[in-house]
Amino acid sequence: MSVRRPFEQSYYPPVPTPLTKAMRTNWVWQFVRFIVINIRMLRMVRMH
Amino acid sequence: MARLVILGAGIAGHTAALHARRKLGEDHEVVVVSPNSRWNWIPSNIWVGVGVMTPEQVTFPLAPVYEKTGVIFRQARAVSLHPEGDEGAARPYVMVESTEPGKSGARERVEYDYLINATGPRLQFDATEGLGPEKNSLSVCTAGHAAQASEALDEAVGRMRHGEQQSFLIGTGHGTCTCQGAAFEYLFNLEFELRRRGVRDRARIVWISNEHELGDFGMGGTFIRRGGYLTHSRVFTESLYTERGVEWITRAAVKQVDRGEVHYETLDGREESIQADFAMLLPPFSGVGLRAFDRDGAEITESLFAPSNFMYVDGQYAKKPYEEWLPSDWPETYRSPRYDNIHAVGIAFAPPHPISRPMFSPSGTPIYPTPPRTGMPSAVMARQVAFNIVDKMEGREGTTRTASMARMGAACIASAGASTLRGTAVSMTVYPIIPDFQKYPDTGRDIRYTSGEIGLAGHWIKHLLHFAFMYKAKARPFWTAIPE
Repeated sequence: MSVRRPFEQSYYPPVPTPLTKAMRTNWVWQFVRFIVINIRMLRMVRMH
Repeated sequence: MARLVILGAGIAGHTAALHARRKLGEDHEVVVVSPNSRWNWIPSNIWVGVGVMTPEQVTFPLAPVYEKTGVIFRQARAVSLHPEGDEGAARPYVMVESTEPGKSGARERVEYDYLINATGPRLQFDATEGLGPEKNSLSVCTAGHAAQASEALDEAVGRMRHGEQQSFLIGTGHGTCTCQGAAFEYLFNLEFELRRRGVRDRARIVWISNEHELGDFGMGGTFIRRGGYLTHSRVFTESLYTERGVEWITRAAVKQVDRGEVHYETLDGREESIQADFAMLLPPFSGVGLRAFDRDGAEITESLFAPSNFMYVDGQYAKKPYEEWLPSDWPETYRSPRYDNIHAVGIAFAPPHPISRPMFSPSGTPIYPTPPRTGMPSAVMARQVAFNIVDKMEGREGTTRTASMARMGAACIASAGASTLRGTAVSMTVYPIIPDFQKYPDTGRDIRYTSGEIGLAGHWIKHLLHFAFMYKAKARPFWTAIPE
């Protein structure tokens, strides 16, 4: 949806490459991330 | 026998009730007073608001759960506190007013030995002219509000399918709102849903908020290690808005909501207006407005509650400039300084000051987020307070458990689109919640434990957490294995 034009607010932020976007919904990679994120969150829970 | 009374059955109150009941012997009582008959997993309201869940999927009746667990339930709202009792009652009590059908308005004294105030917020729609589901904007603060937003979305999509352009304005409806995270989730679920329904090209979507920068979320934003840089959450947030074609207005205080148009003031003093065919704007929060009286009937509300109606606890409330704020200002035990047997948890306790730096427009309008204290931190402090009270009720001398937000981390999953195969969510961890610039001078937080990423895995986790927390709140077998 994004249309970036010079000197508008959406011109300056970084945007993901097609590969980055594809990896966000790649099942295999996201399964790995699922494990990693759960470990991170459990580590947070165990601090309390 | 001693009695613990808990005001409120939201995430904090319900957590405290279940843990206290589990730990206490049969000779003690746990009483919950809540005006609502149903428990609501509020984080999933955003999905009700876009029509992917129903209110029934995010709520359940409280009475059967309390009957099963042995908690006494009063469907009522607390009206006044009497921490010293009165001439007719030696014990402290809470005056409650029934909200139960058939008994509505009937008053009753509920005596207590220990009290937990977990009443949550009063949704202050009246703070901004025209704000709220009964006026000109929508909300996702309750399951009912979210269902109303979903209906409005269906109508807007219907108009778009007939070729009309629609403008959507999502964000905060006042200069001192909190819970930007919930509005953020609704924003991206709405955007995802418009794409799914094939009408995204006819929608202008704009975010409006009182944050100084995108990615503040009421906690001053956070730094994340990524690609060899320590990068502020502002950069990632702006990137997501750009990627999804969402415009943003920050440093804004909404002053008036008309049908089809929203008026706001900016931090630099400009008065602006924006078209909004569909406006989902969160209200500011205050305490529920409990009054308090001493034994002689003299009002002592001001000594128990801050002007915002949130309850004073063991924080450092002396006013001081942002540069002098300390992590140690934040409460640890959530005990009232005036009465040892009264505690306040979750949104009900008065924060000593914001987390984000206070900002004011030239005309003096405050435009900055107030601190978030919902979800995981809210449940953790409720559990710790419940355990401390249980120790006292059973006569155990133990170490007082603490739950300072300055020494507590938080995990947060912010949905950005609900779909099993194509959905995404931002998964964040921050430690500590309150930045400590003495210990971590550059970033305020421990970068080893502070992280964030967006992906389908986050959506899977958010969806699993929905079922896990609904299961836990129903006190089903092994519910204690699910952490707060």
